[in-house]
Amino acid sequence: MSHAVLRPNWAARIAVAVLSVVALVLAVALAVTVGEMTIPLGTALKALGNGLFDLGFPTSAIQQGVIFHYRLSRALMAALCGGALAISGAILQALLRNPLAEPYILGVSAGASTGAVCVMILGLGGTTLGLSGGAFVGSVAALALVALLAAGAGGTSDRVILAGVAGSQLFTAATSAIVTTMASAEQARGVMFWLLGNFGGVRWPDLWVATPVALIGFIICMSHAKALDAFAFGTDAARSLGVAVGRVRFVLFATTALLTATMVAIVGSIGFVGLVIPHAARFLVGPGHARLLPACLVIGAVFMILTDILSRVLVPQQILPIGIVTALFGAPAFAAILYGAKRPA
Amino acid sequence: MTLATHDVRWSAGGHLIVDGITLSVEPNRMLGLIGPNGSGKSSLLRLLCRMRKVASGVVTLDARDIGDLSRRDLARRLAFVEQQATTDVHLSVCDVVRLGRTPHRAAFASWTREDEEAIDHALERVGLTDRHDQPWHTLSGGERQRVHIARALAQEPRELILDEPTNHLDIQHQLSTLALIRRLGLTCIVALHDLNLASLFCDRICVLSAGKLVAAGMPEAVLTPDLIRRVFGVEVRIHDGAGGRRHIEYIIDGDQGETP
Repeated sequence: MSHAVLRPNWAARIAVAVLSVVALVLAVALAVTVGEMTIPLGTALKALGNGLFDLGFPTSAIQQGVIFHYRLSRALMAALCGGALAISGAILQALLRNPLAEPYILGVSAGASTGAVCVMILGLGGTTLGLSGGAFVGSVAALALVALLAAGAGGTSDRVILAGVAGSQLFTAATSAIVTTMASAEQARGVMFWLLGNFGGVRWPDLWVATPVALIGFIICMSHAKALDAFAFGTDAARSLGVAVGRVRFVLFATTALLTATMVAIVGSIGFVGLVIPHAARFLVGPGHARLLPACLVIGAVFMILTDILSRVLVPQQILPIGIVTALFGAPAFAAILYGAKRPA
Repeated sequence: MTLATHDVRWSAGGHLIVDGITLSVEPNRMLGLIGPNGSGKSSLLRLLCRMRKVASGVVTLDARDIGDLSRRDLARRLAFVEQQATTDVHLSVCDVVRLGRTPHRAAFASWTREDEEAIDHALERVGLTDRHDQPWHTLSGGERQRVHIARALAQEPRELILDEPTNHLDIQHQLSTLALIRRLGLTCIVALHDLNLASLFCDRICVLSAGKLVAAGMPEAVLTPDLIRRVFGVEVRIHDGAGGRRHIEYIIDGDQGETP
């Protein structure tokens, strides 16, 4: 249907953009009102007005604090994280020509967890590094190792994935070794909770880091949308279409690595989003990356905000780690997509 | 002389695969590259379109070193059709042909009328206009090869390089694919396995053996029983066919027919 349209259909584009913004705003609105303390939307809006523009509406200090400092920052972080992971997944699936590729295949999350436990349990880096700093250093170290391994093995898609698996196993083993030998039960529980992803600790300063990273990453990825399309028939085909394969691969691997490492460092490792959302988005808008990447950004953001809400309300008085919720809902959704997209033999 | 190699060498894994080859193709002619498996045909083609870098020697396009061109400029001038390239991405025929416009489009540019026309024209030339929206994975082998040729044509090249375009096709599609390539009137370099097809469609033939160029010239001059015995280790009889073209008959072991 959309294949036949070559010239940009501005009306349709604007409609889709408006719909996307509306969906995002609704999701954020839902996220700031729902929770253990249910706050009416009107009150929430007033609190937002106070927080953003200092309008001076009469709201209770508690509500003001919960809305602005806790729920809004949390919802925006969820949106950025979902969007960034989904885009990274779409890019890796295209570059590696493998539908199972996802951000964590590069060893990012395994490295992050090792970095986090080094700080949390071994006390490396003291107070200056912090948990997020440790996680970031760990994920960059894991990436460097995987990149070295992959380059040494020839740099083909299969080798990158195998190197990623090897790196992930190594860092996961290191994490387990540290946790089982040195952690107290309390610490082990804390690590477990962090590993499965948690938006609870997000505050505004985290957003000042995550927002520019996500935006710049998105722009870099979008500027390579056409080159990514050219990878459909492999690297040689891309090369023959005039794509500087080596440079594009380096830039995009580095960009997805930075996006993922930043998100993992702030909220822990959240599985399934980077794998499932690109497939869902491809199902909706087709394989062209000029549409796929913005679709991943929006769908990933909305999906993550909604799963974060679910993680807060599914079990009363308790917050589920977000990674559990994404997998609980993502896995069946993925199965449905696989089943629905089954090719005629 | 448009595309030429000058004493080109290339090795992989410590083995010299392309060993000092000098050849050239005349404008708007079809040059056939033949040789046994592992003789370096595919590698030479990849050197010609700069998919691999020459270890020594130089590949020139209009007397300019192709290493000095940007990859994008090269892709607007020269197109490459791989052997059996396929994809798991759900693309339509038109999506694939559109890829050929990649070197003509800036990063954030949208589709222009010129792009549309190039795509329509390319599909028309390969006779697939009515398959515009058909999914790639429902096409037959012959159709896929034609879509790849259309994708190459959308690049609007003057030189076209094809790596065994008739591989895995039935005889009807082998003939129609080569006839199509010939009709395009571009400067073509085609690697082929079938000696009869090479003799039937190519203006000139280059024979590779163990990475070296062992013969080059008109098909009737190059494809002699002696050369075929030396290069392929096969005994043949050559018959004069219709239209001045010749037919190569293979002699199976033990069949000691007389040679003409």
